[in-house]
Amino acid sequence: MSAFLGAFILIINMSIFYLVAFLSIVFSLLVIFSKNPVHSVLYLIITFFTFTVHYILLNAQFLAIVNFIVYMGAIMVLFLFVIMLLNLNRDTEPMHSLVIKIIGIIAGGCLALTLIGALKATLSYKVPVVVTKSDLGLVKNLGKVLFNEFLLPFELSSVLLLSAMVGAILLAKKESNAIN
Amino acid sequence: MESLTNRKKVLEQKPMNFIERLYLPAIVKGMAITFKHMFKKKETIHYPEKTREFSINYRGMHSLKRDEQGRERCTACGLCALSCPAEAISMIAAERKEDEMHLYREEKYAAVYEINMLRCIFCGLCEEACPKEAIYLDGNIVPADYLRRNFIYGKDKLVEPTLT
Amino acid sequence: METAFIIEKFILVTAVFAISLLIAMYSTYAERKVAAFLQDRVGPNRAGPFGLLQPLADGAKMFFKEEIIPAQASKILFIVGPSLAMLTACMGSAVIPWGQDLEIAGKKISLQVTDINVGLLYIFGVVSLGVFGVMIGGWASNNKYSLMGAIRAASQNISYEIAMGLSIIALLMVTGTLSMKEIAAQQSGFHWNIFYQPLGFLIFLICAFAETNRTPFDLPECETELIGGYHTEYSSMKLGFYLFAEYINMFVSSAVMATLYFGGYNFPFMNDLGFSANVITIIGTVGLFIKIICFIFFFMWVRWTIPRFRYDQLMNLGWKVLIPLAIANIVLTGVVLSLT
Repeated sequence: MSAFLGAFILIINMSIFYLVAFLSIVFSLLVIFSKNPVHSVLYLIITFFTFTVHYILLNAQFLAIVNFIVYMGAIMVLFLFVIMLLNLNRDTEPMHSLVIKIIGIIAGGCLALTLIGALKATLSYKVPVVVTKSDLGLVKNLGKVLFNEFLLPFELSSVLLLSAMVGAILLAKKESNAIN
Repeated sequence: MESLTNRKKVLEQKPMNFIERLYLPAIVKGMAITFKHMFKKKETIHYPEKTREFSINYRGMHSLKRDEQGRERCTACGLCALSCPAEAISMIAAERKEDEMHLYREEKYAAVYEINMLRCIFCGLCEEACPKEAIYLDGNIVPADYLRRNFIYGKDKLVEPTLT
Repeated sequence: METAFIIEKFILVTAVFAISLLIAMYSTYAERKVAAFLQDRVGPNRAGPFGLLQPLADGAKMFFKEEIIPAQASKILFIVGPSLAMLTACMGSAVIPWGQDLEIAGKKISLQVTDINVGLLYIFGVVSLGVFGVMIGGWASNNKYSLMGAIRAASQNISYEIAMGLSIIALLMVTGTLSMKEIAAQQSGFHWNIFYQPLGFLIFLICAFAETNRTPFDLPECETELIGGYHTEYSSMKLGFYLFAEYINMFVSSAVMATLYFGGYNFPFMNDLGFSANVITIIGTVGLFIKIICFIFFFMWVRWTIPRFRYDQLMNLGWKVLIPLAIANIVLTGVVLSLT
């Protein structure tokens, strides 16, 4: 009975994964193809939400919730904010000159090449990655890893963020001084 | 400039000190004041059940008075219409017949007496002008209506009901 | 076992949902009643005894109003806005522990819908998601005033979220856990967090007022200046959803504050009374609801005492007072913790 139930749960898990993966691909495509920038941002928010679901499926609760707060709750709000204020729509869209189109194609092609290369590199691992500890993504374990093994990069990145913050304030300040 | 009366008080505004700038004591004080009002007597009068009493000199809807024997006092002299600043009163006089002695006190009476309540400003000048003490503004508030023509009150609405 | 678990959780979810909607519904009534009492009036007293059926009458009125969608509005987003506001308002109550475990027939039944490892962050995330309902609704209306109102509301919410998060961090340093259940359990008896984090609580309280758009921070919906703010174009039940979401938010944030700072379901001398565990649990749950109702009353009491902030005052308070104060609180907590 319990073996059957376990298999059943596994099937549900897998089908949820495939459903969410499909949704995240669909919505990320919609981000690119929708004409209205505000709709683009909203689709991007849904895409991030599907990523959150992926994290939850991996039992990485902390990452899931941080993705939820930082990307969906903060960064995307600011994106939405700016785009709504600029009031971009089809009429104000910049001209699509041929040069820009060519540059876009080249840049996109480079990205696609890199991604394919990265995918090929992972394909060379014959053994699939298996998560040995299921509670790897919980706060306690994540904190221990971050503050022991990766202390230096963690602190460095925090200093980077701090300097970015100070820089932003400095930029804002300078402008107001110029007006005065 | 120097003030002539010297009664002007100059209000000195001191800069707020730290505790005042926190605003917390002021907020607590304000909260206490509003909380006290929870237990104060409620000023509401539950209207349809209870009505507020009018003051004794309140001027409401007009009524045409009768004398002790139930006869209409009005003699249709027209002084009220003349005194009315809003031109709200109009009337048609008629002569009393022999068999109407018990209905009207004077020989002349108002066959039609109309007050336009939309024009009336309830000043009470008609009441003061009346030599026969026939009109008084001692009624209630004039009720609302949907049609303008319903605000022209005739004798049916104005004359006091008979005592019997 | 599994089916029993699912049924138990299903009942619990339904109960929590129903109770939060019921309390939010009667908050609308209580709001008018409290307002009346603070102003020496009587308040609604016509619908039913003491006006108790007033929320139903209001709801029925909302349903029968004409439904207007502006011609130039984007229709789907116009409907998504209030739905999202309502959804995010209801989501928060999932991680709040409503009481200790009940023991019925030798089985432990948890009075918490789910005890996720990062419950506190979850609430924070749901709060930050609440902005989208406002922003989408304001933008979809295709009205300048609505857009301005939405942007105003969103920038207020974002600004106060930061101070709120920082005040939570100081609390986390004291509790050492993100799970709501453990935070509640640590405050057993009278060891409430308010005694260890008074400043943090004050900051959290102010931010809760700002996040739920209550006076003195009700600029997003001030009728006098922005003709209703982001919901200018809304009518009928869609407007009702926006207004109702505010009351659910108020209930959830009261529950969060009661759980984080005022001991949740704990009450003084709970272990010395000598009652059985189940009785204590039930008293605790009732106590939690009393605390929540006290907070809701406080929300209303403040509304009729303190006038609305001006917008620059609001931003000054958020960025120049509350955030430095919250950081100072973190430092202070750290110093005290390292000394003891």
